[in-house]
Amino acid sequence: MSETIKKFMYLNRRAPYGTIYAWESLEVVLIGAAFDQDVSLAFIGDGVYQLLEGQDTSESGMKNFSTTYKALGDYDVTKLYVEKESLEERGLTLDDLMPLTWEDEDDDWAEKDSIRLVSRDELADVLDDQDIVYSF
Amino acid sequence: MSTLHTVNKSPFEKNSLADCLGYAKEGSAVLMYEDGVYGAMKGNAVAEKVAAASGVKFYALGPDLKARGISEEKLAEGIEVVDYAGFVNLAVENDKVSAWV
Repeated sequence: MSETIKKFMYLNRRAPYGTIYAWESLEVVLIGAAFDQDVSLAFIGDGVYQLLEGQDTSESGMKNFSTTYKALGDYDVTKLYVEKESLEERGLTLDDLMPLTWEDEDDDWAEKDSIRLVSRDELADVLDDQDIVYSF
Repeated sequence: MSTLHTVNKSPFEKNSLADCLGYAKEGSAVLMYEDGVYGAMKGNAVAEKVAAASGVKFYALGPDLKARGISEEKLAEGIEVVDYAGFVNLAVENDKVSAWV
């Protein structure tokens, strides 16, 4: 049986914690990663808040799932697109986000950035190129 | 009559904060909590609206800020951070609570 690899895009549009969407997206991403598909994530709108550095839920009694983003590289999920316009609207820059990296085994395990800062137009092209887009 | 207005939705997802600001009178208090705390950050697209609300005192719930990675230096000027007990105090100090859910 021939293996077909499809392009899966998980589009994250909501802030973490206030609703369950961000966490559910991560769960589905991790499940999907087990099937050796071409997986990408994009963060637009309030979704960019999911990647803010320094999340600490110790006082609010919620599960801090932000550390899971750092593990994505180990599951070969290495393409995280962040939309520039959404950051700007929220007064944020890349420096406000968690540093997320992956190790490239084809390049002597060199550590590479997972986050790709893109404009809305560029991201529209990326989305257009996908086989399946899941919106959370 | 003083009112405590509470906002728990992101200003980019719902118009709760904008509606609240339109109705918050001088002398009232606005408490941002849950995803509402994003409205307390400086330099974002709603910061000007918050700054323009004259005579309104703004508060944000500390544990919700912390959960979302919003440190003190990321807050707009004039936002006072309160804990859960502070939330209760605000509810008691004001004559009534108006929740902009």
